[in-house]
Order: sequence, then structure tokens, then C-alpha cells
Amino acid sequence: MAKGIEMKILVGYKRVVDYNVRIQVKPDGTGVVTDGVKLSANPFDDIALEEALRLREKGVAEEVVVVGIGPADLTAHLRNGLAMGANRAIHVVTSDIVQPLTAARVLLKLIEKELPGLVIMGKQAIDDDANQTGQMLAALWDRPQATFASKIEIADGKVTVTREVDAGLEVLQADLPAVITTDLRLNEPRFIKLPDIMKAKSKPIDTIELASLSVDAHDQLKTTHYTAPGKRSKGVMVKDASELVSVLKQKGLL
Amino acid sequence: MSKILVIAEHLNGKLNPSTARAVSAATAIKAETIDVLVLSDKVDAIAKEAAKIQGISRVFTVERAENAHPLASMLAPQIAKAAANYSHVFVPSTTFGKDVAPRAAALLGVAQISDVMSAEGSHTFKRPIYAGNAIITVEADPSQTVVATIRTASWPTAADNANSAPIEALDLDVALPTHTRFVELKQGKSDRPDLQSASRVVSGGRGVGSKENFEIIYKFADKIGAAVGASRAAVDAGYVPNELQVGQTGKIIAPELYIAIGISGAIQHLTGIKDAGTIVAINKDAEAPIFEVADIGLVGDLFKLIPELEQAIG
Repeated sequence: MAKGIEMKILVGYKRVVDYNVRIQVKPDGTGVVTDGVKLSANPFDDIALEEALRLREKGVAEEVVVVGIGPADLTAHLRNGLAMGANRAIHVVTSDIVQPLTAARVLLKLIEKELPGLVIMGKQAIDDDANQTGQMLAALWDRPQATFASKIEIADGKVTVTREVDAGLEVLQADLPAVITTDLRLNEPRFIKLPDIMKAKSKPIDTIELASLSVDAHDQLKTTHYTAPGKRSKGVMVKDASELVSVLKQKGLL
Repeated sequence: MSKILVIAEHLNGKLNPSTARAVSAATAIKAETIDVLVLSDKVDAIAKEAAKIQGISRVFTVERAENAHPLASMLAPQIAKAAANYSHVFVPSTTFGKDVAPRAAALLGVAQISDVMSAEGSHTFKRPIYAGNAIITVEADPSQTVVATIRTASWPTAADNANSAPIEALDLDVALPTHTRFVELKQGKSDRPDLQSASRVVSGGRGVGSKENFEIIYKFADKIGAAVGASRAAVDAGYVPNELQVGQTGKIIAPELYIAIGISGAIQHLTGIKDAGTIVAINKDAEAPIFEVADIGLVGDLFKLIPELEQAIG
């Protein structure tokens, strides 16, 4: 690990409803409309992959492996990760939507086989907004975690991470291997170029049935109902600064 | 009957108001006991503050040198051990709680519920998904410990002068790892009200134009005693530090008055302010989406309007 050259980085790479899609709750409250909507990589996972690629380009790591958990058609999504630059992909196949604890247990199984020096994941997926899987994985693996990363530096088997926290920027140092989750300002992911899409076709994707991993995958949480959020109604327009101030004073807000 | 353990958030020896909001969520469930756990290297002052929160039964403290900084890998094993006597563990859904609660849940082998907005019962909760564009009702398994983070903007601050709960030291006897070390916290120095708990917030966006121009926002905020916030665009552009970001990936806040200046109103920003009492938008673009959610809108040049506002306030 000290030399770094043998280090492998595992990247969690989830597919979600594209962030530009306006989410509609189904009228019967059984879910949100996902038929025919555009799916994309979770934006925080693209940042995770970009960071892993940069660490490889710096010579800190040798191999970048993207991991996805999902149905058979997840292959196309994983190909995007390969086109972005990952060396290979692992597809854990399941038709179920997995909850964070299950995802963490699955990732731990892969880690036991792959022995990565670092795991980088998005801090949250923009569908369930759970913000849990990286932390849970670090706990189960009994390794350090550094969430909400905006800067990552690796030297001598240790990683120094700057974290965006409510109070400001926290810096911590951890021994490798470790789990890092990414925040928005860590980097700007690269765009996929056409030749890379061609190249990605020959990169390997390992396929593993989730059921074959013997993890406890049962859902502890049941979602019973979906509703649309309450909407704020459109307010009034005022014509100038003095009218605004008098309205606020009337309301007792100033 | 439920027994709830609320994990205290604190910084520099002071209790964070997010703790009293998590207590509010706990009181919404008819609980037999609500206890607060303070993990720190110096617990006394924090525990005394916590003991005053209305509705709590006891404050437990664990004073260890390893608890000097909120490192999840240190705190989570202690929380998991302390959780043995409880049906629920609540943690504020701040960067502190989001970091530590899932780690504690995984050590307990249980799922975690993120961003609880309301409690429909002891094991049924509502929480937002898709940046708040859908709200789900989640049922937790009653045979498991419920570990949840509490969406602070959805809950009032429990009164903090109405109680004198007993304080007891707890010996958890947990071995802690040495693999993670705190280096430093870079914290902006400010005498302004705290963004997360302020009753008034003035935020600036890309329309402010530069770090230098942001002075006009600070000055106006000081004039009305408000905290200062910013949109992601303003933080990305380097006008202000990250801790001022309001929105889905920044702070989710619920002030009585929110004034958005030069902020167009991306959905991710609106997610952070939709619990505000009154939203005022000032923007030169009359078509900006922020006007769709604002209670009061004013179209115009912020550099002309802010001095006029200051004058009108007197």
C-alpha cells in the first residue's frame, strides 16, 4: 500500500432518475412515476468515479472498479462508468430495490474478495436521499469513514480528507483502507468522449447474482405511501423597496 | 412504550439547538422516557444545557479524550452500546447526525430512517425523497431499534429553560479504534446569528456577482439582525464559504423570514427553504422561479434596492 501502485479503488455507481426530471407522485400513492423517464448516474457517484480516476492518473492507484446493484439492464449504465475511465465493472444483479443496509452488506462481500485500498461513493443518491450506505459500509468493514469530502490527498498509506460540515471545513486523517463519500465541490466530472464509448465495449463486467452472495437482504423498512409535498402558494408582488418594508412591518417581521 | 435516546450535538462546549429539535420529535411519540446522551471530552457545560430541555428524563454523559471531536468512528460504537436500553435513537439530521447515525445503525444491524419530518406513531414516520419532491411514509420493524435522523427544519426547538433533569455519567466500556484522527476545523469567524437557527436569514446568489459585492448582503443582514446564507452557485463561485450554503446539499432551514437576493431559485435551493415562514425574493428577472414560491416578490436591481430598503427600514 505504501507504494500505492497496487492500490485498487472501488466506486459505488448507482443509477437514478436524472436530476433534471420533475418527479411526479402516482395518483394512487404507490410510488413515483419512473416509466419512460430518463435515468442517469447519481451525480455524487460521477464525482466519486472522477476522483478515483484522478487518483489513478496521479499514480496513487492502479485500478478503478465501478460497482452497480440492480436489474439486468443496468449493464448500459455500467458501460458509461467504463467509458468514463473505470478499468472494469461489477454488476450485482437483483430486480429488487435494495435499501442502504443491504447495499452496504453487498459491498462488504465484494470488498472481501477485491481487497480495495479505498472505496469512494457518493454521499447520497438523489432518489432516496438516504445518505447512509458509505457510513454503513465503513461500520461493517470496521474501517475509517470520511463523509462529505471536498478534498482528498493520499500519501504513505494514509488519506487526508477535507469535509464540508455545517460548522465549516473539517480535516481528518485516516489509515487506509477507508471509505470516502463525496460532496459536490470535490471535482467536476469529465464528459464521456465517443472513442471511449467504443473502448468501453471491450472492458469486462463481472456479473454476480445478489442471491448468491448470502447476505441478509430483507427490507427492515416498509414504504407504505407516497404523497406529493405541500406546495407554497404564489404570493404577491410589491412595486418598490418602501412597499416591501411596510408589508414586512405589518406582518411583524421587521 | 418507547424509550428514546437523543444524541446531543455540540461544538466548542456549547449545545447545538438541533438537539432540542430532535427532542421535539421524540416528544411527538408517546415515550416512557427520553434521555439525552452527551459524548465529549468535557461534558459538564453541555450536559447542564441539555438538562434544561423540556420533556427529557435524564442526561447521560460519556467523558473521554477520544470524544474531543465528532468523529463518527469513535462515537458510533458508544452510541450503539448505549442504545441497548432503548427502542429509539434520534440524532439531528445535520452533517454531524448524517455522519454518525448510519454508522451506529449498521453496528446494531438495523436500518436507519433519514430526515424524519413527522411521526405518525412510534414506528411510522414521514420523510422526504427526491429532494423533497415526494414524501414517503415509512414503517419500521417494531422488533428492531429505530435509528433515525431528525429533519431539524420540520420540528420546533423544545423549550430549553423548563427542566432540570438529572445528569449521570455513563461507563460504556467500549474499545475505540485508532485509525481515524481529527486534524482541524476551519471555521469562519462570525458574530452574526447562526444560519441554522436564526429567525431571519438574508441569502445572496449568483446575481450578487462577486465576493466583494457580497458585502452588501452582509451589511443588509447586519442591519436587520439576520444570519447570512447563499445559494450553491454563490458558494461554487467562491463568493462565500461552504457553510453558508442553503439547499438540498447545504443547510435546510426554517427561519420566520427568508430574504433571497439575486437567487434564481433552483429546485435544490428551494428544498432548503420551503419550511420558512415568509419568503421574500428580490431579483431583476421577473421570470425567475424563486417568484413561484415567494410570499412577497420585488423585481429590480439588488444594488439599487438594498440601499433603498435600508433607508426605508430607517
